[in-house]
Amino acid sequence: MDPLNAIVALSNFVLIPALAYGAQLALGALGVTLIYGILRFSNFAHGDTMAFGTMITILSTWGLQGMGVSFGVLPTALLALPFGILGTALFLLLTDRTIYAFYRKQRAAPVILVIVSMGVMFVMNGIVRFVIGVDDIGFADGERFIINARDFRDMTGLEEGLAVRTTTVITLVTAAIAVALLFWFLNRTRTGKSMRAYSDNEDLALLSGINPERVVAITWIIVAALATTAGVLYGLDKSFKAFTYFQLLLPIFASAIVGGLGSPIGAIAGGFVIAFSEVMITYAWKKVLGYMAPEALEPDGLVQLMSTDYKFAVSFAILIIVLLFRPTGLFRGQSV
Amino acid sequence: MSDYGSRGNKDRSITKSSDRLTAPPQRSEPRGTPRDASAPFLIGEAMTGGYGRGADILHSCTIAAEAGQIAVIVGPNGAGKSTAMKAIFGMLKLREGAVKIDGDDITGLSPQDRVAKGMAFVPQTQNVFTSMSVEENLEMGAFLRRDDIKGTMAQVYDLFPILKDKRRQAAGELSGGQRQQVAVGRALMTQPKVLMLDEPTAGVSPIVMDELFDRIIEIARTGITILMVEQNARQALEIAHKGYVLVQGANAYEGTGEELLANEEVRRTFLGGR
Ligand SMILES: Nc1ncnc2c1ncn2[C@@H]1O[C@H](COP(=O)(O)OP(=O)(O)OP(=O)(O)O)[C@@H](O)[C@H]1O
Ligand SMILES: [Mg+2]
Repeated sequence: MDPLNAIVALSNFVLIPALAYGAQLALGALGVTLIYGILRFSNFAHGDTMAFGTMITILSTWGLQGMGVSFGVLPTALLALPFGILGTALFLLLTDRTIYAFYRKQRAAPVILVIVSMGVMFVMNGIVRFVIGVDDIGFADGERFIINARDFRDMTGLEEGLAVRTTTVITLVTAAIAVALLFWFLNRTRTGKSMRAYSDNEDLALLSGINPERVVAITWIIVAALATTAGVLYGLDKSFKAFTYFQLLLPIFASAIVGGLGSPIGAIAGGFVIAFSEVMITYAWKKVLGYMAPEALEPDGLVQLMSTDYKFAVSFAILIIVLLFRPTGLFRGQSV
Repeated sequence: MSDYGSRGNKDRSITKSSDRLTAPPQRSEPRGTPRDASAPFLIGEAMTGGYGRGADILHSCTIAAEAGQIAVIVGPNGAGKSTAMKAIFGMLKLREGAVKIDGDDITGLSPQDRVAKGMAFVPQTQNVFTSMSVEENLEMGAFLRRDDIKGTMAQVYDLFPILKDKRRQAAGELSGGQRQQVAVGRALMTQPKVLMLDEPTAGVSPIVMDELFDRIIEIARTGITILMVEQNARQALEIAHKGYVLVQGANAYEGTGEELLANEEVRRTFLGGR
């Protein structure tokens, strides 16, 4: 029995990674949920929007690095993030003007908009692969660790090491700031309230003189900021690859739906639920259990419920379970 | 699957986006033309029209309200009362006829532009923002205003004291009667000249109904013109300066409230005997 080592191992391999991943999913799911609440469709292009924003950020990062600019111990990408957001916002506003506005004018059914967003998804997907390629790209620079495993072991004398990576802390801090800003905006500002009003009852919003086109444009800009931030944080934490970002669509949608589509708080909760489930179910518990169980009962196998290859199955399973028992999600969003 | 993505009252005509994207040209009458004193403040004249490309629902229907007075529309279910209200508010394209306010022809204006012209509308259903607090509902009512709205909000709270106690509560958590008060309050926040109410007392107990009617009279006393549709025909006509009975989209009877109440035929057919 060695609970201390067990806790350290658990934090190192499960809690901290899941926390970071959860924050990234939450930011992604917030974008999905906002589009659903205000534009009334599930935006399949969201994963590729994240990829697009990350791509612009990476290009700007390279540009900044080329000019010799750096952010000290922090990744240069954080300095490039505003450019990424700006570029993505412009791109999304352009797609809206040229594509979505047309269907909105006809009051097209949500299903049609979903298919339209798939078209947008393929185009964005193509653009990203064409511009930056299909390979894995690491773009994190600066200090890699805040605490590294060896130092931790030396410091504490424990067997297990605890590594806290800079990107993890950046992810959590940035996500917290983004979420705080978003909630302040939605609940305290006139424009934010008008967005909630429009999402709540479109016709009544019109009768109150709220301009729908303005609401829609601001939504896209916020979505660009959220998606780019989520994408960049994920890329810093792991690496950037166009295909991986496309695949993120599933856990992100699962988060948004589990939390309750249209509910921002739900999106955040959903992000962490999905992230923790995914990490915990695909983690090999042998080590942690080894510390906890008495000698004789130590497990032989890896005690891994599912191979990491199946991590998407976890999102799917949770999605289905929640939809079966609570179709509007944990926080009572709109039912799907 | 039932309500996937379609909120509001599914009324395509409400949001003719083509109209709202580009502000329609304001028809400005030459200045200094004196308003015909005998013309009513708000009038929907010989309105003919229906939803989308469907059949006509209104057939040359005329509804008018004098400044500072209460005009009431009654009639059987499906008569087109709500449709007439929507037509007057520009949520429905007229095939014939015109809508005028204070002598200005506003037939071509979008609902939002009519709000700016001093009109306010409380629809029959879904007339509050359910997920927002009472206070936020009122703020949204005043969305177009750039001046201080505190005074108007205080007036609304004076009119409906219960709303003040509940101002932090989500409107969706209120009782039906309280919701109607929020809906009326929201409409008043623009400081309208004309208040249009579609069945403000729907689903409200008799006591609350009497109270709502009292409040409506109070609002009219402040000089606001009121045009309302009412299912409780007898009470509504009692407080009405002018009443209209609509049947199948056309004017069947009209007169002062007293006249209609006294009219044998109206009583027999619409007010349920006695
Ligand atoms: N959004 C709509 N689209 C198409 N037709 C509609 C729509 N709303 C109402 N109608 C039709 O218009 C006719 C008049 O309806 P309206 O709602 O004006 O009746 P009403 O007099 O207000 O009835 P009630 O007393 O039940 O409210 C009905 O035949 C109805 O089917
Ligand atoms: Mg009606």
